[in-house]
Amino acid sequence: MSSFVVDKKGIKRYAVTIGVNGSEYTKVIKANTLLVNFLREDLDLTGTKRGCELGDCGCCTVMMDGKPVNSCLVLAMDCDGHEITTAEGIQDGEDLDIVQEKFVEHAAFQCGFCTSGMIVSSRALLNENPNPTDHDVREAIAGNLCRCTGYVNIVAAVLDAAKEL
Amino acid sequence: MKENYSYVGHSVDRNDSYGKTTGHAQYVADLKFPGMLYGKLIRSTIAHGRIKSIDTSEAEKLDGVVAVITAKDVPSMKYGLSPARFDENIFCIDKVRYHGDKIGAVCAIDEETCYKALKLIKVEYEELEPVLTWQDAVKEGAPQIFDEYPGNVNTEIHHHFGDVDEALKDAYYVRTDKFQGQRAYHAFIENHCAAAYWEADKAFLYTTTQSVHYDQYHIARVLGMKMGNLTVRAVNVGAGFGGKLDTCGTEFAAIILAKLTGRPVKVWFDHYETFLNGHGRHPMTMTLTTGVDKKGKIVAHKFDCVLEGGAYTGLGIASSYYAGSLLGILYPIENYKFDCQRIVTTLPPCGAQRGHGQPQPRFAFESHIDLVGEAIGVDPIDMRLINARKGNSITTAGYEVKSYNLLAANRMARDASGWTEKRGKMGPGRGIGVGNGGFVTGAGFCQYRTDYPHSVGMVKVFDDGTRAYVYSNAIDIGQGSSTVLMQMAAEAMGYPYEQCQMVTGDTDLSTLDFGAYASRQTLMAGWAVTRAGAEVKKKILAKACEMLKASGRVKEGFGYLDGPLTTEDLECKDGIVYIKQEPAVKLTFEEVARKYFVDHGALVGRGWYHPGKLGGNHKGAAVGTSPAYSSATQVAEVKVDMETGEIECVDTWDVHDSGTIINPKLFHGQVHGAFYMGIGETIWEEVKFDPKTGALLNGNFAEYRLPTALDMPPVESLTLDESYEPNGPYGCKEVGEGATTPTMGAVANAIYDAIGISMTELPITYEKVWRALKEKKENGK
Repeated sequence: MSSFVVDKKGIKRYAVTIGVNGSEYTKVIKANTLLVNFLREDLDLTGTKRGCELGDCGCCTVMMDGKPVNSCLVLAMDCDGHEITTAEGIQDGEDLDIVQEKFVEHAAFQCGFCTSGMIVSSRALLNENPNPTDHDVREAIAGNLCRCTGYVNIVAAVLDAAKEL
Repeated sequence: MKENYSYVGHSVDRNDSYGKTTGHAQYVADLKFPGMLYGKLIRSTIAHGRIKSIDTSEAEKLDGVVAVITAKDVPSMKYGLSPARFDENIFCIDKVRYHGDKIGAVCAIDEETCYKALKLIKVEYEELEPVLTWQDAVKEGAPQIFDEYPGNVNTEIHHHFGDVDEALKDAYYVRTDKFQGQRAYHAFIENHCAAAYWEADKAFLYTTTQSVHYDQYHIARVLGMKMGNLTVRAVNVGAGFGGKLDTCGTEFAAIILAKLTGRPVKVWFDHYETFLNGHGRHPMTMTLTTGVDKKGKIVAHKFDCVLEGGAYTGLGIASSYYAGSLLGILYPIENYKFDCQRIVTTLPPCGAQRGHGQPQPRFAFESHIDLVGEAIGVDPIDMRLINARKGNSITTAGYEVKSYNLLAANRMARDASGWTEKRGKMGPGRGIGVGNGGFVTGAGFCQYRTDYPHSVGMVKVFDDGTRAYVYSNAIDIGQGSSTVLMQMAAEAMGYPYEQCQMVTGDTDLSTLDFGAYASRQTLMAGWAVTRAGAEVKKKILAKACEMLKASGRVKEGFGYLDGPLTTEDLECKDGIVYIKQEPAVKLTFEEVARKYFVDHGALVGRGWYHPGKLGGNHKGAAVGTSPAYSSATQVAEVKVDMETGEIECVDTWDVHDSGTIINPKLFHGQVHGAFYMGIGETIWEEVKFDPKTGALLNGNFAEYRLPTALDMPPVESLTLDESYEPNGPYGCKEVGEGATTPTMGAVANAIYDAIGISMTELPITYEKVWRALKEKKENGK
C-alpha cells in the first residue's frame, strides 16, 4: 500500500509513482481518481480524451504495460509502479510512428476525438500481431467507437502500417 | 471541364494531421484557465410539471461551492430558431417540459464538488401528466405543454402543387403505404462543453459548436449584449452532425457564472447529459400514396407526415419543411401534396441530424416506390431511371436545379454492384436493394433575417511572403472544411497549400461564415476564400509586372511579347510568378509579396458569397432552396439469417454526384461516414424512454448500439466524371449529408429482397425481422 496523508476532512490521499510515456511522475491523489482524470488533470496530458466514462467508447484508451485499457475504468492507484503509454507517447522522437503516418495518409480520422484511443489500440495490436488480417484489425478496434469514418480508412491505415513494420 | 489544378482535386493531407494523430489537438474540454471553476446544470427529475420551489441553500453551504444560479438569476428572454417560436428559456421559469430540462447551474472548485452539490438541490414540483407520444399529445383533453401551441401542434405545413386527387383518379396504379421512423441520436463522441471568462464588459466563450456566428447572435440577443461584446471561439470540434448547431445551455451558464464569480468557468456535460440534450432525428409517422402510369412514371404523390418533436422547437420547423421539400428535387412530380404536423411532447427536443428532415422520408419513399414497381412489374432501378430528375430544370415548387446526374448515378451503381445478376436471384436470405438521395448544398437563407453575405473570406499574406493566412469562420467539425478551403484559396492565389494556415473559429479574428450545417461550407465559404485568393493573386501579378519591368529583364520585342508587359502575360502557380510565353522569366511569390508589403503594407485579399434570390414563392419555400443540389445512389447487399433474423450487410456501393471533388480522400471519408450513420439507424439505433416517466433509458453506447468496426460493411465509393456544378467554386457541390439520405432505403430494400417482407418500421432490428419471418411461416405463406 502506498503511503498516504489525511486531510482535515479525514480523506486519505495516496502517493503514487506512475510511469507515463517514459517519465516517472509522483503525485498525491485520492483513491477514487480515475486514470483518465489523473492523466488529464494532474499531468495535463489531454491527448487521452474523456468520452462516455463507462468503458463503451474507447476514446480514453491507453496502454498499461503494453496492453490497451480504458483509462476511465482504471483507478490511478492501480497504476502505481506501472508504465502507461498515451497517445502523446506513441510518437517515436520527432517522427510520427508508422501508425500515425498511415492515419494521415489514409485520412483515417475526421473530428479526431476517437483518434488518440484508436491509434493506441492499433499500435497495441501491431505490437502483439505484426501481420493482422482485416478481421483482426476490426476486432482490435471494436472497443473504439468512431462516428465519423465508418472505420473504412482506419482499417486500411492499420493494415497498411502492418505492411511496413 | 477538368483543369490542371495544383491543389483542387488532389488528396492533400488534412491540415490538422499532426495534432489529431499525436494527441496534441485541443478540444474545449482540454482547455484550462488560471483560477478556473467548474459548472454543471441542475436538471429536472420529472417530465412535466410546474416548479413550486427550488431550495439551493444546502448546496450553497457545501465546501467548495462558489455559486448556484436558477431562473431568477438569468435573463428571461426566450430563444429558438424563429421569433414566432422562441419558446425556450435559459433555465425553466415556471414549468419543466422533459425529464432533464434545465433548471439552473451549480459552480464549484472542481467537478466532484459539482456532482455533490447537485445532490443537495431540492426542487418541489406540481406534477403534470407526461405526454410521451405524439398520438397522446393530440388526443382530446391532452395536457397542454405550451400555451402557444394549442392541441400541442407546433407547426402545420400544407403544400399542394397541381391536382393530386384528379391525377390519382386517372393513374394506372395507385398504392398507399405507411412507415414509421425512430428517434435517433448524433452520437458524436465529444460531449458538449463551454468555457467562458470576462475582460471588463467583454465576454469570451469557447464552445463545442458548429457555428460561432449563430452562437454569437443567439447568445448576445438572449443576454442583452451587443454582438461585439461577445467573442465566440471554437477549437477542434469532436463532430456535430447537427447536434452542435443549437445552443445547449453550457454556453449561457458558463458566461453568466463567469460574470458572477469573476473567474473563468467551464461548464461540461457528461455523456448522459449530452445524450439527453438530444436534438437528434425526429421520429416520423409517414403515409405515402403514389399513382403511376403503365410504365411506372409517377403522376401524383401524396405525403402525410407527423414529426414527434419533443419539447421546444429549435430547428424543428426546418426539419418539418425538409421532410417534404426535397422529394421534388429527386423526382419531378407535377401533382404533389405534402401535409405535415410537428407535435410537441414532454421528451427532450428533436432537431437536425445529418440529412436534416430528409432521411426518414427518403427511407419511406424509396421503400414505397419499390413496392409500386413490383406491383406493376418494373425493376427498382428502372423505376428510378424512369422518374429521376435531369439537370438544368426547375422543380414543381420553383427551385432551379443546375447540375443533376441522378440517372448516371443509378446506372453506375447498377453496373458496379452487379445488380442485374443479383436482384431477386440470390435465393432466400440474400438480397440487394437500391436507394436514391441527395441534398442541398447550403440553405438559400440565413437562420434569422439578415442581408449579410452567407460567407466572408479573407487571405492575408505574411510580411515576407512565407505564409498565407486563410480566414473563414466555416467550422471544421471533422469533415475537413479547413483543408478544402485552404486548397481552394491556395489554388486561387497560386500559392503552395503547405504554406497556408487557417484562421477560423473566432468571431473576433476571423471572418463571418454561418457555419457547418446544410452541407454549405465547401460551396459557400469556398466561394468566399476563392475570391479572396483571387484578389491576392491580382495584386501579386500587378506587383510582379511592375518589378519585372523595373528589373530591365523584360523588354518589348524579346520575341515573346507583342507589346509592353502586362499582367495578362503573367501567371502565378505554386508560388512562382512567370511570363506565360517565357516561363524562365520568373519571380517567386514570396519576393513579390515582400515587395508589396514594403510598398503598401499588408497584402490582403477579400471575398464574399451570397446565393442571391432563389426560387419558390409558396409559404415555406425558403427551406429547400439552394444554389446547388447533389444526388446519390446507393446499393446495399445483405445476408439475413432466416432462423434468427440477424442481418449482415456484406457489400455496398455509393455513387455521389458531387460536382468537382476538391479532395478525393476526404470526399470518400464523408461517404463512408454517412453510410455508417445511415446503416446504424436502419438496423440498430433508437433512443428509448421510460413509457411512464419519460426518463431516458439508453443514454449510453452500450445500449444505444452504434455499429462497431465489426458491423461495418465495405463501402465502394464511386464518382461521376461528368459531374460539374456551375454554381459552385471549381464546380463543386455537397457530399456530407446527401450521402446519408439513400442508405436507409437501400438497406431496407435489400432486406425486402432477402426475406420477401416489407419492413416498414425503423430500426429494422433482428428481433423485428425474426418476428416477421415467424409470422409469415405461421400464416403458412
